[in-house]
Amino acid sequence: MSGGGEAWPALLPEALLLLGAVGGLLLGLWSPQHRQWRVRLLATVACLGSAGAAAVALPDPAQRIFEGTWVVDTATGVVRIVVALGVAVLLWLAAPSLAGHPRETEAYVLMLLGGLGAVALAASGDLLLLVAAYLLASVPLYALAGFAKESTGTEATMKYYLMGAFVGVLLLVGVAALVLASGTTGYSELAALLPGSSPALLAVGAVGVLAGVAFKAGSVPVHFWVPDVTAGTTPPVAAYLTTIPKIGAVAAAFRLLAEPFAALPVDVPLLVAVVAAASMTLGNLAAFAQTDVLRLLAYSTVSQVGYLFMVVAVAARTDLAVPALTIYLAGYAVTNIGAFAAVVAAPAARTITDWATAAARHKWLVVSLVVCLLGLVGTPPTAVFVGKLAVFAATWDGAMVWLVVVAAVNTVASLFYYLRWIAPAFVGVPAAPASAEGPVGTGPRTAAGTAQEVRRVPAVVLHAAAVASLVLGAWAGVWMGVTSGSV
Amino acid sequence: MLTVVIFLPLLAAAVLLAAPRLGGRAAIGVWVAASAADLALIGWMWWRFDPGEGASGVVDGLAYEVDLQWIPTVDAGYHVGVDGLSLPLLALTGVLFLACAIYSLREPDRPRTYAALFLFLQTACLGTFASLDLILFFVFFDLTIVGMYFVISGWGHGNARASALKFFLYTFIGSLALLVGFIGLFLGSDERTFDMVALAANPPLADSPVARGLVLLAIGLGLAVKTPLFPFHTWLPDAHTDAPAAGSAVLAGILLKLGTYGFVRIAMPILPEAWQRWAMVAVVVGVISVLWGAFVALAQTDVKRMIAYTSVNHMGYVLLGLGAAGLVASADEGARTVATVGAMYQMVSHGLLTGALFLLSGWLWSRGHTYAFDRWGGLARPAPVFAACLAVAAFGSLGLPGFSGFVAEFQVFTGALQATPVATLIAVVGILVTAGLFLLALQRLLTGDTTVPSHGPADGGEPVAPAGGTVTAVRAEPMTGVRDLRGHETASIVPLLVLALLLGILPGVLLEVIEPAAAAVVELVGR
Repeated sequence: MSGGGEAWPALLPEALLLLGAVGGLLLGLWSPQHRQWRVRLLATVACLGSAGAAAVALPDPAQRIFEGTWVVDTATGVVRIVVALGVAVLLWLAAPSLAGHPRETEAYVLMLLGGLGAVALAASGDLLLLVAAYLLASVPLYALAGFAKESTGTEATMKYYLMGAFVGVLLLVGVAALVLASGTTGYSELAALLPGSSPALLAVGAVGVLAGVAFKAGSVPVHFWVPDVTAGTTPPVAAYLTTIPKIGAVAAAFRLLAEPFAALPVDVPLLVAVVAAASMTLGNLAAFAQTDVLRLLAYSTVSQVGYLFMVVAVAARTDLAVPALTIYLAGYAVTNIGAFAAVVAAPAARTITDWATAAARHKWLVVSLVVCLLGLVGTPPTAVFVGKLAVFAATWDGAMVWLVVVAAVNTVASLFYYLRWIAPAFVGVPAAPASAEGPVGTGPRTAAGTAQEVRRVPAVVLHAAAVASLVLGAWAGVWMGVTSGSV
Repeated sequence: MLTVVIFLPLLAAAVLLAAPRLGGRAAIGVWVAASAADLALIGWMWWRFDPGEGASGVVDGLAYEVDLQWIPTVDAGYHVGVDGLSLPLLALTGVLFLACAIYSLREPDRPRTYAALFLFLQTACLGTFASLDLILFFVFFDLTIVGMYFVISGWGHGNARASALKFFLYTFIGSLALLVGFIGLFLGSDERTFDMVALAANPPLADSPVARGLVLLAIGLGLAVKTPLFPFHTWLPDAHTDAPAAGSAVLAGILLKLGTYGFVRIAMPILPEAWQRWAMVAVVVGVISVLWGAFVALAQTDVKRMIAYTSVNHMGYVLLGLGAAGLVASADEGARTVATVGAMYQMVSHGLLTGALFLLSGWLWSRGHTYAFDRWGGLARPAPVFAACLAVAAFGSLGLPGFSGFVAEFQVFTGALQATPVATLIAVVGILVTAGLFLLALQRLLTGDTTVPSHGPADGGEPVAPAGGTVTAVRAEPMTGVRDLRGHETASIVPLLVLALLLGILPGVLLEVIEPAAAAVVELVGR
C-alpha cells in the first residue's frame, strides 16, 4: 500500500480524461457555435492519450494506490483502454447528430465524464469509492439520455433517473450493511474480515452492492431501463449507454467477487450465476419479438451482460477468469458499437425492414453488419467468439457446468433474432414489407423507405468495428497474452 | 503449402468482392480458375504424400504440418496437417467445388457474390478437414454453416428463408454442443490443450468414465446433427430441397462429411474408452438411420427430397462402420480396420455420387421448376444424356459393383459382420430398399410417355422467383420438349461419375492412402 505523491503518475490515464473534460468545457466557452468541433477534437485527443497512457502502463505490476482505494491492475488497465477508445469512437459517432447543437460542447464533456466514471467503477478498491464512481458514471448519463429534449428522450431519462436513484439507495444500504459487518470499506480488509460476520448482514450487503453494479451493467432484474432508454434516446447515445458504463460495471462486479466476496458464508457466486442465467435468457426471449432495431439491440445487450456475468461468477475460482474477462469486454465493446453504428448509419430507419431497405444499395454495409451481428452471436472468428470460448472454459473450470449449458442454449436462441435482422438485410426486402411488419414502428419516419440516405461517418465506424472484431479475434492470443502477462 | 490450399479460395473471394466492375461471367471464370488451381495443388499434395507403412496417421505421420500459436492462454493454435483421413476428403472438396463452379457457369442471379460465397465456403470446408486443433476445427466448422446459410437464403427457391433458418438453427445447436464438448476435453486433459494430436496421444479424462461419457455425448450430439443421423436429420430435406443445385451438392457432398469426419478424427482417437463403451449406440443409431433414410426416401414424391433422404441412409452406413470399429471385444483388429476403411471410403464415394445426383436434380429445376415425380416422365427420349447420367449416378448410389459405393458398403458390411452380425444383416435390408427406390425413380422419370411440366397460368403452382431482389424472369420453355444437359452441366457432372467409376474399378489408389490412417484410428480406439 502506497499513498501520497509518488502514486499520482499511475493516474495519468484518468487525469487525461478529466483534463479533456475540463479543457473541453473551457474551450467550448471560447469557441463560436460553428467551431465547436474543436472540442470534439480535443476530447478525442484526450481519449487517445488516455488509452495510450493506459496501454503503456498495462504491463506494470498490479498496485493499489491511495491507501488501497484505487486498484491499477490488468482489469483496470483493459477497462481504461477500452473505455477511452470507445468514447473516442462514440464522440465521432454522435457528431452528426450533435453538430450545430446549442449544447454540443456539453455533450462531449458529459461523455468524457461518464467514461471517467466507468473507469473509476472498474478501479474501485473501496466501497465508498464505488459509490462515488457509481454516481460519476450515472449523473452525466442522465443528462445525455435526455439531451435531445424530445418527449421520448425525456421519458427515458425520467425512467433511467428514477431507477438509478432507487438502486443507488440499495447500493448505499448494501455498503452500510457491509460496513456494519466489518467496520471497514477497503476491499482487502473486507476480504479478511467479512467471512466471520453474520450471514444475514452479509446477504443484505452483497445483494445491495451487486444490485448497484448490476444496474449499471443493465442486467436482470434491474434491466428495465435498458430498452426504453435505448429506444427513447438518440442512437449514438444509446450506443454509449449500452457500452461504456457496462464495461466499468462488469469489471467492478468482477473485482467484488474476486476480492471481498470471495469467501463469504453466503453463496454469492451462485447468486451471480443465477443473475447471469436470468439475464441472458430474459434478454433473448424479449428480443425475439422486436421489430425495432434499437429495442432488439437493447435486449441483446441485456443478454450479453449475462455472458459477461458468467465470468464474474467464477472470478475467484479459476485462473482463466481474467483473460476471459478482458477479451470478452474488448470484443463486446467493439461489436456492440459496430451494431449501433449500423443503426446510426441509416438514421431514419427504425424497424428491421426499414433498415434493410435503406441499406439495400450498400452491400458492404450489410456485410459489416453481418460480421458484427454474427460476432454478437459468437460465431468464429470474431472477437466475441474467442471471448465466449474463454468465458465458457472459465465457467466450466469454476465448476458451473450447468451455466455453460444454459449459455450455449441461449446462444442458439440469440442466433434466431439476429438472423431476423440479417436475413432481410442480406436477401433484400420483398415488395410489400409493411403489411408483414404490422403497425409496430411504421411511423411517419419510416415512409421514406427507399429515399433514405446512409451516413458516412457511422458507416466508417461500422466497417472499422467489423474489421476490428475480426482482427481482435484472429489476434486474440496476442491480446490475451498482453493482458494476462501482468497478472 | 497446405495453408495456401486452404486460403487460396478465400483470396479469390476477396478479389471478387473487391472488384465490383467484374462481369458475371468473368466472376464465375475466376471461381473456376481458383477452384482448378486449388485442386491442382491438392493433387500435387496427394502425389507427394507418403501414406506410410502399417498404422500411420492421426498422431504421427502427418504431412504438410504447420503449427502456430494463436491463443496461448488456452493453448489453441493454427495447427493444420494432412494424413490419410483428411487427404481424401480434401481432394473430394477440391473436386466437388470445381464441379459446382463449372455447373454454375451460367448462373444468372448475382453471380459475383455467389462465386465469392462458394469460394468462402470452400476455404471453410478445406480448413475443417485440415485442422488439427479443436478450436480451429470449430472455427471453420461454424463458418461452413454461416456460408451455407447465405447460399440457401440468398439463392434458394421455394421456402428458402425458412429452410435456411432451420438449417442454421439446427446445425448451430449442434456446433455449440460440439464446443461444449471441446471445452470439456480441454479442461479434462492433463496439459490443458486444444491440440488434437496431443489429445489423441494422451487421451483426456482418463479417470472419470462419467465425464468421458458426457463429453462424448456432447460431441456426438454435435456431429450427429451435422451428419445427420436419425433423429436429428429433419433439417436436411428442407435445406436440400430449397437450396440451389450447387448448394445442395456441396451440402450433401462436403458438409455432411464434416460430421462423420469429426467422429473419425475427434471422437474416436481422443475418447477411445468412451467410444468403446458406447460403440453399440453408434451402431444402433447408424442402422436406424440406414433404414429410416431408405424407407422415408421410398415414400417421397419429390426427387430432391428423395435424394436427401438417401443421404441419411448412406451416412448411416458410415456410422455403422465406425461403431463396429469401436466394438473391441467382439472383433479382431483386422475386421475393425476394414470397417473403418469402408466408412472412410463411403464418405468419398457418397460425396461424388450424391453431388452428381443433386446437380442432375438442378437440371429438373432449371427446365421445369419442380421436382415432383408426377410432373415428369419419359425423359429418356428428349434428354438422353441426362437420362444416361441419372441412371449411372443412381446405379452407383445404390451400390452396384463396379462403382465406388459398392467397394465402400462391401467393406463396411464385411468389417461389421464379425462385430455385430445382427445389426449388419438388418442394415443390408437398407441396400435392398435403396435399390428399389432408385429403380422406381428411374422408371418414373425416364420411361413412359414424355411429360414435361408446363408453365403459365394453367400451371396451378405459383411461378417461383428467386428470393432476391433481382428477379430473373422464369424462362418459358417451348412446349415442344426440354433441352438436354448443356455443355457446362455435362462437364461438371460426368467427371464426378467417372471418378466414382474409377474408384469402383481401381480402389487401390484410394485404399493405399486410407488404410494406414484407418489402422491408426483402430489402434488408438483399441487402447
